[in-house]
Amino acid sequence: MLKRTPELNTASMADISFLLLTFFLLTSSIDTDQGITRKLPPPQPKDQKAIDIKDRNVLKVLVNKSDNLLVQGKPINIRELKEAAKLFLANPGRRVDYPEMEEKTIPGLGKISVSKGVISLKNDRGTSYETYIQVQNELTAAINELRNELSKQKFGVAFKDLKNPGYIDAISKAVPVSISEAEPENIGGN
Amino acid sequence: MARFKKAGGRTVPGINTGSMSDIIFMFLFFFMVITTIRSSSLLVKIAPPKASEVQKLEKKSLVSFIYIGKPIKASLGTESRIQLNDSYATVGSIQAFVVAERQSRNEFDRKVLTTSLKVDAETKMGIVTDVKQELRKAGAYKINYSTHKRDAFTTR
Repeated sequence: MLKRTPELNTASMADISFLLLTFFLLTSSIDTDQGITRKLPPPQPKDQKAIDIKDRNVLKVLVNKSDNLLVQGKPINIRELKEAAKLFLANPGRRVDYPEMEEKTIPGLGKISVSKGVISLKNDRGTSYETYIQVQNELTAAINELRNELSKQKFGVAFKDLKNPGYIDAISKAVPVSISEAEPENIGGN
Repeated sequence: MARFKKAGGRTVPGINTGSMSDIIFMFLFFFMVITTIRSSSLLVKIAPPKASEVQKLEKKSLVSFIYIGKPIKASLGTESRIQLNDSYATVGSIQAFVVAERQSRNEFDRKVLTTSLKVDAETKMGIVTDVKQELRKAGAYKINYSTHKRDAFTTR
């Protein structure tokens, strides 16, 4: 005759799993890593000649060691930077002192005018990281907003809601991330 | 009406706690999946700046971290220091770090490796620029400035 095994007492099982649960809660962190993504340019070859870019196609953004901003030679507030960058890159009035627009054929969008404008960002070694990120953030915001506007106009949805990789690629080409960082310089000292 | 009267005092039946452990285990697995265990303990103080245009880093396993900030230990001064893995490092050792990080991934992942710069907001750009230059030399072009999320400036 088979012996019947007595039932296991599982009352403490819950306590043990609670203990594990608290352990994992304490040792882990839920912080999702997020931030501003950038692509660094490859190192400059030694014999590189300076590339000629027309003056009207460059938006010079300078940040000094006291975290002050100078855009096209004029001091401005960080809150005005986004609008200035948007105006520069879109050139809605086709002004002659703003960047040239180049007619390009992009698959998915057809003929579209792409700005030749480049934002040149230069900061001092003494600039605080906080300010640098704020400037990068505002410039990114300008590009993102322009992409959004184009995406809404062409496809009817915001850029971040686009699903088709072809469309995303097309918009990214029509409004490229044209931020160039100057080779570092030490002007204001540390 | 004696027939409706129950014989003896009533006792409340014990609650069956058999499924309790299952529920807790479910919790446990949920937390284990959504969280990450801190791999290296921080030696530098990092309070990242806030930005509105943030992107999430997709794959944790394809990200290597560089920390820059003031040392937590007060005896080490207030000069910003670089932390790689579990120790302080100099700018010169970044290239070796990038190579080591690359070696530890398989071949398909090497091209999409991102370097996340976790930098304290009060740091001066000088040291950050040096790190960026080293990253360029090492060929680690994809970088991410780690920030917290905030709302965009309201336009007037």
